[in-house]
Amino acid sequence: MIEVIDLKKAFGSNNVLNGITETINEGEIVAVIGPSGSGKSTFLRCLNCLEDPTSGSIIFEGKDLADMKVDINLSRRHIGMVFQQFNLFNNKTVLQNICMAPVYIANSDLRKVKRTNRKNKFLNLFRKKKVEMLEITAEKKQIKLEAEANAMRLLKRIGLEDKANAYPSTLSGGQKQRIAIIRALAMNPKVMLFDEPTSALDPEMVGEVLDLIKAVAEDGMTMVIVTHEMGFAREVANRVFFMDEGIILEQGTPDEVFNHPINQRLKDFLSKVI
Amino acid sequence: MGVKWQVFYDKFITKEAWRTVVDGLWATIEIAVLGLIIGIIIGTVIAMIKMIPKYKTAPKVFSAICDVYVGFFRGTPIISQLLIGYYVLMPALGLNINNVTVAIIVFGMNSGAYISEIMRSGMQSVDPGQLEAARALGLGYWVSMLKVVIPQGIKNILPTLGNEFIALIKETSVVSMIAVVDLTKAFRQIGDSSYEYIIPYTILAAVYLVIVFIISRGIKLLERRLAKVDRSH
Repeated sequence: MIEVIDLKKAFGSNNVLNGITETINEGEIVAVIGPSGSGKSTFLRCLNCLEDPTSGSIIFEGKDLADMKVDINLSRRHIGMVFQQFNLFNNKTVLQNICMAPVYIANSDLRKVKRTNRKNKFLNLFRKKKVEMLEITAEKKQIKLEAEANAMRLLKRIGLEDKANAYPSTLSGGQKQRIAIIRALAMNPKVMLFDEPTSALDPEMVGEVLDLIKAVAEDGMTMVIVTHEMGFAREVANRVFFMDEGIILEQGTPDEVFNHPINQRLKDFLSKVI
Repeated sequence: MGVKWQVFYDKFITKEAWRTVVDGLWATIEIAVLGLIIGIIIGTVIAMIKMIPKYKTAPKVFSAICDVYVGFFRGTPIISQLLIGYYVLMPALGLNINNVTVAIIVFGMNSGAYISEIMRSGMQSVDPGQLEAARALGLGYWVSMLKVVIPQGIKNILPTLGNEFIALIKETSVVSMIAVVDLTKAFRQIGDSSYEYIIPYTILAAVYLVIVFIISRGIKLLERRLAKVDRSH
């Protein structure tokens, strides 16, 4: 699903990623662990090009995202991302937060289809072989209604439907993060990236967020999760990457990585965190 | 004092100078409000051009043009800008537009230069995570700025923007340089033609005071309404 080939990233003279080659398969749940400063987050942020890779390729759906000519916005629609600091839009209500991107993108696609149809309708006057009109599946009003219905369904799933018209500032950290997760889900992504989703939460709210991530994982979503929650990584992931100094030092099933570590640095790391 | 009031009353009511005053008040408000709107638009555009991230391969020319623009409008007095606009540029370009329009455009461009800096600091005060979250959902840079960053940035700078508006209202009193009859000019005409200055000039100051008071109250109300969004629990 995502193929990373010799990914390198440097901030100025500071080399953060030093050549990562790895394939993330469909349906896989990958946990990325490692000490802070090891490049975990940078690796994750390179996957949807929030950080532009210095060199290397990221192949997603047959396109190399590291290539500047590729329209990254089209690919990002299929890559959901959840941030450490939630990053809900402060100027929008919960419902608007969830609906904004799907509605905007559906509308801009609708405009594009209409423009193409107008052009073809005109050009068909001069063509021997007529070009068929593209189908319009939903009008503007319908797009909005559908997006809102979908958002409410997702809100109901996390039991926050009564917060639909609240602003993010009135919510707890756990509520914000759960809404951030369904905001990403509302785009129907093919893969979801989690950047330390529970690190900014109060301890008593970690559980509710992890439960939601687990539930999404059980639906068969492909996921890459950067986390410090070793128990969670062990329980949910199919595969664990241990990163240090910008490379993946060791990877394998949770059992292999946690119970039978080979690399000395991984052993040291585990002895410190567990 | 009674005589002076009589003179003023004569001029203001009997000779219908109040009509000029009302027209002048309207001109002042028109220039300041439309100027502010133009200024906000120009200021936002400049701020956005100056903030284009490095990965957007925007020509440096745009940024340089903005620098020259801001440099000129901040580096020269508004009066000289009005004079150049009205007496130099308009004839040179062969345009025939009335002096109020010229004043609106010049004040708009002038405040645009100041607002661009205000706007930039406003946008910089918005958490970068907000832009990242919008981009990660597949929205383009400009859409994300327009829908997420700029609304929050404007909210942050509302008090400063209010000050700019107040300054603008008062600065418009120089438009008589290009023969616009604004509030100031209207009262000056009363004073000059009746040789009675105390009353018209005191009222003039009072009118400005009232306008500024109304604006600052309005901004406070707006701020309070927008602050509701931020209030926790």
